[in-house]
Amino acid sequence: MASPGTAPAAAAHHHRDDEPGFLRKYFFSLDHKWIGIQYTVTSLVFLLLGFTLMMIMRWQLAYPGQPVPLIGGLLSAANAPGGIMLPEFYNQLGAMHGTIMVFLGVVPLSVGGFGNFVVPLQVGAPDMAFPRLNMMSYWAYFAGGVIMLTSFFIPGGAANSGWTSYAPLSVIAVGGGQTFWLVGMIFLITSSLLGSVNFIVTIVQLRAPGLTWMRLPFFVWAQLVTSFLLLLAFPPLEAAGVLQLMDRVAGTSFFMPSGLVVGNRPVAVSGGGSPILWQHLFWFLAHPEVYVLILPALGIVAEVVANNTRKPLWGYKPMVYSAIFLGFMSFLVWAHHMFLTGMGTTISAFFQTTTMIISIPSVIILSSLFLSLYGGAIRYTTPMLFALAFLPMFGIGGLTGLPLGLASSDIPLHDTYYVIGHFHYVVAPGTIFALFAGIYFWFPKATGRRMNDLLGKIHFWGSFITINGVFMPMFIQGLAGMNRRLYDGGMTYAGLADVLRWNTVIAYSAWALGFFQIFFIINFFWSIRGGRAATGNVWSATTLEWATPSPPPHGNFAALPTVYRGPYEYSVPGSDVDFVPQNQPAEA
Amino acid sequence: MQIPYTVEVRPDTGLSNAKLGIWLFLASEVMLFGALFSSYVLLRVSAPQWPHGYEELSVPLATFNTIILISSSVTMVMSWAQLKLKRPVPARMYLWSTVALALLFLVVKLYEYSHHFALGEYPRASTFLAIYFTLTGLHGLHVIGGIAVNGYLAGPGAAMWRSDPERYTNRVEVAGLYWHFVDLVWIFLFPALYLL
Amino acid sequence: MSGSGHDHMRHHLKAYVGVFVALMACTVITVGVSYVHLAASLAVTVAMIVATVKGSLVAAYFMHLKSEQPAIYWILALTAVFWVLVMFLPLLAYLGSTGVR
Repeated sequence: MASPGTAPAAAAHHHRDDEPGFLRKYFFSLDHKWIGIQYTVTSLVFLLLGFTLMMIMRWQLAYPGQPVPLIGGLLSAANAPGGIMLPEFYNQLGAMHGTIMVFLGVVPLSVGGFGNFVVPLQVGAPDMAFPRLNMMSYWAYFAGGVIMLTSFFIPGGAANSGWTSYAPLSVIAVGGGQTFWLVGMIFLITSSLLGSVNFIVTIVQLRAPGLTWMRLPFFVWAQLVTSFLLLLAFPPLEAAGVLQLMDRVAGTSFFMPSGLVVGNRPVAVSGGGSPILWQHLFWFLAHPEVYVLILPALGIVAEVVANNTRKPLWGYKPMVYSAIFLGFMSFLVWAHHMFLTGMGTTISAFFQTTTMIISIPSVIILSSLFLSLYGGAIRYTTPMLFALAFLPMFGIGGLTGLPLGLASSDIPLHDTYYVIGHFHYVVAPGTIFALFAGIYFWFPKATGRRMNDLLGKIHFWGSFITINGVFMPMFIQGLAGMNRRLYDGGMTYAGLADVLRWNTVIAYSAWALGFFQIFFIINFFWSIRGGRAATGNVWSATTLEWATPSPPPHGNFAALPTVYRGPYEYSVPGSDVDFVPQNQPAEA
Repeated sequence: MQIPYTVEVRPDTGLSNAKLGIWLFLASEVMLFGALFSSYVLLRVSAPQWPHGYEELSVPLATFNTIILISSSVTMVMSWAQLKLKRPVPARMYLWSTVALALLFLVVKLYEYSHHFALGEYPRASTFLAIYFTLTGLHGLHVIGGIAVNGYLAGPGAAMWRSDPERYTNRVEVAGLYWHFVDLVWIFLFPALYLL
Repeated sequence: MSGSGHDHMRHHLKAYVGVFVALMACTVITVGVSYVHLAASLAVTVAMIVATVKGSLVAAYFMHLKSEQPAIYWILALTAVFWVLVMFLPLLAYLGSTGVR
């Protein structure tokens, strides 16, 4: 069968009789590589959309009450009369920015995009274990995304109770937006669950002969742990989503407490419900979710670092054990998001302790990656620049999490901009930089062409500088007590007067950051056809995905490989070659 | 292009892909129903008052349903056993029996639900009813899913016995694992909602 | 299939019938006990023990867990740990909380 991407014409001609139709080939392909590309393109569009929502929000925060320029006229009177954003609309932008970035952007790109494309190749398999399930997972994700986006255009607009959808606000929210959010989440969760089954079975069952557990690339380990997190942590949120749907649509009181009064009128429900129950069920997923956000990124950085230092990862085994331990611990820390809900000191102490413990494997992994640089022959390729930047950025994100994980220091910081700064450092100059590294690194594999290096470097430097301009000031604002989700940027609080000026710094940095993404977008699409040819092992890499042409044919390998060695045999002492691929037999 | 281990087991794990896949899926289902049970416990413990299940619901009907569902689990595993003994005709009969018993379960549940609705006992009336309808409703959706899968395997899907009997047997085994899990959930739901 | 395969299956079939009888007996017991109206904590304990016995029989014999592979046991053990967490930690948080509950 013809391969996706730039297949030679001759091969397509030979296989015309079993060539799939247009829909089967481009929409409902069962090939993990094409499904991975579908996930990648869709999630990049969602990332851009989520980013745009934030750029609009930042105008309101920098210049509260001023009409939004350029697009203000396009916004409806219900959302922004005269181009001036209403608080309700600001809340929609906020809730959907978070939802889109996490559930429609980063995770589908990390797992659906990179995981799908790379994992079967790196384990030496012809495809995922369940190709049809894979295809259905993509379309469930797509359907969930469409439902989420449609909510902007229904009466009442999109969900506006935060990406965390806390009850009772989310239950009483007027209009259909929150209901659409819940239904959309059910599609997204289903997609994730089916996908995680696929990944685990693929990694466990389809490893090539000789590919023992400790010869797996760290990227595959990261995806394996991630899949277990998705598999076991998402269902409680699905349950909670069903319960909240029942509250909104069937009038039940799972999360509605007794005696609730809204607008001077008692809410007409049976009561007896628990808003805290929603928080428990939500965070039971949402905490492991943040490790879902970071683990594939750590995996990508590990691959790029090993390849561009021309030496093995330092501490591969501790990294693997740390990733496993991290995955396990991630289920035990969730209520550190709930320190201010009155849980009592014993339970708070429990969660504080587990949260401190979970920082250990993170530090081991980050330190190992830093130490992997020492003594390396570093090649400053575009993917390597992003991977190098990831390391201190993730470090800042991780360190700023520590005061949040301790119950007492969390008290003044909870729900402030300090939290926003913390998690964005981990996800934005953290994970998203790692994802960019992955795109620049594996683009040749997927398309047989290189991305342009100059555009890549402009994209990198521009993004690196501006992204710090966006998020570093948030720590200052948070420490001054600026609350999250303030429609007017904190204007009404006298105590915030000194830190308000950072809003303009953040806004201009954000818009400049958006500007530098243009270089990436142009590079990405232009290079598909116009990039320099790169059909072989362009990075001189050792892992199995490079042991087959770029792009790989249907079925990936002409003959399924056998693995003889570990994943990072670069600069092996005593060897006269720079690197040895995993599938190269030992000398006789 | 052939995916390895779709029927034969991988030597070092001793598993076929579908067997591992279904157990992973069931693990996620344990977490789904576990979260709902957790919600039930929290709501009940924090409630100032909470009726006994036997005061609000029909224990005889639910006991009957329990017997029905357990029997359907037996017929399901018997179906697989007959396939292992290379006896497709009794196997198919057992599989259709499973579907029939499952349908009977749903009929009883529908009767229960309509009886409650007729008395104005809707989910919004109390948290007891809310969790009862949600737990049994989600379980019921899983029963419907099982009916669909088993009906397919007993009906049009049975053609695979002629072309690839081992693969068909594995499919029935995998469907059986799902069905036994549905039974397992009910085994806990029944006392939790009706008897306490 | 060989003769020994058939014997093996016959052994299984006997077990299935036996388990069915045991499940019916347990059902009678649990329903019967519910009519006695035990004190709340005792009623819950007895009901859950009986349910666990029934569930274990279904899992061990119908789902063939008794003779499954280690990989499956590990996955289920991991799930059991997380299940305990989601079942009991929210409750413990509630019970430890003060003020308006």
